[in-house]
Amino acid sequence: MSALLGRDGAAFLGLLALAAVAVVLANQALAPDAALHLPGYLVVLLGKYLCYALLALSIDLIWGFAGILSLGHGAFFALGGYAMGMYLMRQIGSRGVYGNPVLPDFMVFLNWTELPWFWLGFDQFWFAAVMVVVAPGALAFAFGWFAFRSRVTGVYLSIITQALTFALMLAFFRNAMGFGGNNGLTDFKELLGFPLQAEATRAALFVASALALGLGFMLCRALARSRLGLVMVAIRDGESRVRFLGYPVESYKLVLFTLSAAMAGVAGALYVPQAGIINPSEFEPANSIEAVIWVAVGGRGTLIGAALGAILVSALRSWVTGVLPELWLFALGALFVLVTLFMPRGLIGLLAGWSRPRARPAAASVRTAPATAGD
Amino acid sequence: MPLLYLDGVSVSFDGFRALNALSLTLEEGEMRAIIGPNGAGKTTMMDVITGKAKASAGELRFRGRDLGRLDEATIAGLGIGRKFQRPTVFDRLSVRENLVLALAGPRRPWRVLRARLSRAEEDEIADILDTVRLAEVAEAPAARLSHGQKQWLEIGMLLAQDPGLMLIDEPAAGMTDAETRATAELLQRINRTRSLIVVEHDMAFVRALGVRVTVLHEGSVLAEGSLDRVSADPRVIEVYLGR
Amino acid sequence: MLRRLGIALLLLLAPLTAAAQAPAEFADLVERLGRSGFAETEQAVQGLGAAGDPRAVKVLEALAAGELYLRRADRKVAIAVAAGDGLALTDAATGEALGQAATREVERIRLNNSLRRAISAALGALTLLSPDPAVRRSAADAVFKSRDPASLGALDEAIAREANARLRRALEEARAAILLTGEADPAAKRAAIATLAARGDRDALALLTAAAAGEGELAAAAAAAAKTIEQSLELWNAGQNLWYGLSLGSVLLLAAIGLAITFGVMGVINMAHGEMVMLGAYTAFVVQEAVQALAPELIGLSVLFALPAAFLVGGLAGIAIEQGVIRWLYGRPLETLLATWGLSLIIQQAVRSIFGPTNRQVVVPSWMAGAIEVGQLQITLSRLAIIVFALITFAALILLVRMTRFGLAMRAVTQNRPMAAAMGIRTPWVDAFTFGLGSGIAGLAGVALSQIDNVSPNLGQSYIIDSFLVVVFGGVGNLWGTLLGALTLGVLNKLIEPVAGAVLGKILVLVAIILFIQRRPRGLFALKGRAVEA
Repeated sequence: MSALLGRDGAAFLGLLALAAVAVVLANQALAPDAALHLPGYLVVLLGKYLCYALLALSIDLIWGFAGILSLGHGAFFALGGYAMGMYLMRQIGSRGVYGNPVLPDFMVFLNWTELPWFWLGFDQFWFAAVMVVVAPGALAFAFGWFAFRSRVTGVYLSIITQALTFALMLAFFRNAMGFGGNNGLTDFKELLGFPLQAEATRAALFVASALALGLGFMLCRALARSRLGLVMVAIRDGESRVRFLGYPVESYKLVLFTLSAAMAGVAGALYVPQAGIINPSEFEPANSIEAVIWVAVGGRGTLIGAALGAILVSALRSWVTGVLPELWLFALGALFVLVTLFMPRGLIGLLAGWSRPRARPAAASVRTAPATAGD
Repeated sequence: MPLLYLDGVSVSFDGFRALNALSLTLEEGEMRAIIGPNGAGKTTMMDVITGKAKASAGELRFRGRDLGRLDEATIAGLGIGRKFQRPTVFDRLSVRENLVLALAGPRRPWRVLRARLSRAEEDEIADILDTVRLAEVAEAPAARLSHGQKQWLEIGMLLAQDPGLMLIDEPAAGMTDAETRATAELLQRINRTRSLIVVEHDMAFVRALGVRVTVLHEGSVLAEGSLDRVSADPRVIEVYLGR
Repeated sequence: MLRRLGIALLLLLAPLTAAAQAPAEFADLVERLGRSGFAETEQAVQGLGAAGDPRAVKVLEALAAGELYLRRADRKVAIAVAAGDGLALTDAATGEALGQAATREVERIRLNNSLRRAISAALGALTLLSPDPAVRRSAADAVFKSRDPASLGALDEAIAREANARLRRALEEARAAILLTGEADPAAKRAAIATLAARGDRDALALLTAAAAGEGELAAAAAAAAKTIEQSLELWNAGQNLWYGLSLGSVLLLAAIGLAITFGVMGVINMAHGEMVMLGAYTAFVVQEAVQALAPELIGLSVLFALPAAFLVGGLAGIAIEQGVIRWLYGRPLETLLATWGLSLIIQQAVRSIFGPTNRQVVVPSWMAGAIEVGQLQITLSRLAIIVFALITFAALILLVRMTRFGLAMRAVTQNRPMAAAMGIRTPWVDAFTFGLGSGIAGLAGVALSQIDNVSPNLGQSYIIDSFLVVVFGGVGNLWGTLLGALTLGVLNKLIEPVAGAVLGKILVLVAIILFIQRRPRGLFALKGRAVEA
């Protein structure tokens, strides 16, 4: 295992498993008034953090390893979320306000008489599950096909990804699109027959999120350590040279970008039943940019750093907005500035520097060590 | 059929004619030295052969195959390898990883994902490391090599690609005398199994190579022949020393 | 006795003399309105119409409205309005207030149909023949709207007498409107259709559409004329959208040009650029408040004071950002992007905390308010001013870049930084001032925006993506590219909007740009040459 994932990777997974078990036990096995009992809403919160961590992982995959800074990954997260949301809406059935067995409430409200064609099939879980991966993946593939083929890189690419998520946000806000308009999709009742409000379901969703994170991590690590990962790192450091070596750089970027988008979609799909709602503000460019800072805080190119960064910053956010909401944007902005100026290798890089004060950085494989932000 | 065939190739950048009806042929197994003053078009010639620049006129063939419309990766896949003027090794990868990357083999993502180094490939890498004298530093990051060593690593990467034709841009630049001699020997050894085009300014190095020389000037061929013959050619003298 | 007889004789003769010719006394005529019966009143009315005294308009209107009274006591003719239990009287001849009166103290001057027609004609004559062209104009418009056939006579006379070509056309159009909707022979109606078709606006369209209902040759002619008007109106509409597009384009130009400069010179994408614009808008607000407090009579000039202030505020903020953050991230464009995003969050929140999250009003000065009409186009003055201002700023910038030493240094650093440094150009200074310049212009953009948009902490966010797209589309570091990009995007936006709606329009523009970048990844005007790699 550690040969495949690296010692730090194995440690991370172990920690994740341990934490997951602890959380579940603290929630399910202990009585509600026990000292260490973890209330249901905290389980949900932690579950959402894990979904964020998976999103961060997907961003690190392309940023840390291929040098593609996507400022619109929230779009893929949201698309996966909407796919799940559509399934959950169909599950409401006739328990909605208007009692229509087929049409969700917002459609009845708009005086629609039948389900639009793109909602068909979402009453089946397997279909929704497939769409969770395919919808963001297909978009990423189409987008990447055009973008990479024209050799759009660097800040240009980042701006275009921002424009993409902005355009999607505008589109999904429209009622006429058929995705619930600015109210989005909500009032979910059940997932696969399990009521979403039940403690057991929440715990299960948390475990699913942890599993997804773990699997995602293993996949990314394995990729990074393979020959493919070698090529990706080379692309990040010297794209045109790699081309001269005969590698179709665009294909690599496309493959990785699509995979990353699918991962983000899965993260979104697990997020939505825990959050209880999905609306177009999820597409907001600011969200995507914040996700990038998670990765930067943790340490770009380390994968573990991305996951940790996401959890830490989200926790910080929950804390600050609970205590002094007006302070949060200051704090977040300061985080952006300070991390880029003083912590280019993120927390992991900081820790690595401390624990091996005189060790040469060459000792760690470049594919598990933090990338310097000089690119 | 010649290995490399250029006929009347012209390349323009915004109206500036970098190559002007350049014609050159290289036979299989030949090594040719290209010399000429700065701005003669030596690097542009390499650019157009490897696909980095597009020819606006003329014919360009490698083993009979038209190179005009192909992109860099495809041309590299055909068997043309290039070593740049400045070493462009991947600093943060180890010497060995650089070579693994360059190794001839599958290039498409799916195949690369499942690629494992075969026995033969391991041997070949060991071989190359010996040839370019970098066996002791195989695990060090390329950033820590000396300038001369980086040049050799690049040559090594080129060898790993197993190209039929190698384009080498100023291999002796920045080297000591001893290194320069060693590099000439290295290239001669390589020439036993491959064809080479070497661009150089260092006349001692060119002499050490002992091969046919082509002189470029203002984007076309000025003279061709042995080093002695071209250095006696009055046109070449005029171009190098001025009027 | 003899005297009374003489007076009676004079009184008998007076109507004859009045009807004969020369302008009789205004007051006299007014008095005669109430003197005896309908006939006398009618003659007085005709006299007033012929006399041409504009004061008669009010009197005749009151008479027509039943507000002209005769005070029994002294036979004074007065205009009365209800006041409390009784009426408040105003002397019809002089306009002086006559005090209150109870209803039994006065007697309304009554009307019959003949009198009404006479009043209408007299009124028409008074206004249509007024010496004041503005009065004639509004009279023509009024008749066009009322289409009162009684005015026809006066209209004909006015047309015959009218020297001003534009006014004459207005009168002819009024005449045509009356003929088309009333009784007239087919030839006259056909001529009327032609006149109205030439007028070509929505009112004419309405009349012609109404006339097109029904059958016969005239209806067909009216329908055809209506169609031509519709087509021309569509063209005008497109022109209006083009105008809006130019207006939006000019705003985008101001907002994006600073970004183009900093990106071109330093390769830096400043995500806080939108906040520089926002700071400029808030500066306009603060200046307005200050002027209001200290020198309220100068409030119309507050916009002009705000311009240099905003330039300074934006410029200083830009230099501060460059020195504090950007300088340390040189060569790392993606990091710079993130750091400046963080700064934008901080600046937004700071403004929110100081000024509150709600919109602030910046008043448009009176000399910039209102609109002018060109054909069927509405040109608002504030937008026109912004277009002019944007072009002036652009021209000034071009001059700066081409003619000054600083501009030369900027261009050198853009094209080949190491070489410029090697030649002794102090690149850190160039960077700092370039950033200051770009942000200063953003501040100016903010002042311009404050005139047409709401001033809120989110102002910057609405324009930042568009500014990026302008820069990406137009080509980095190229001023002309930015101009072309801004105008193109503005016009494209506004032309698509009426067809697809605002949201879908924006989406389409975004998609179009993404596809455009495929063909030309470096934008419309890319910097060429081997030295530049971006």
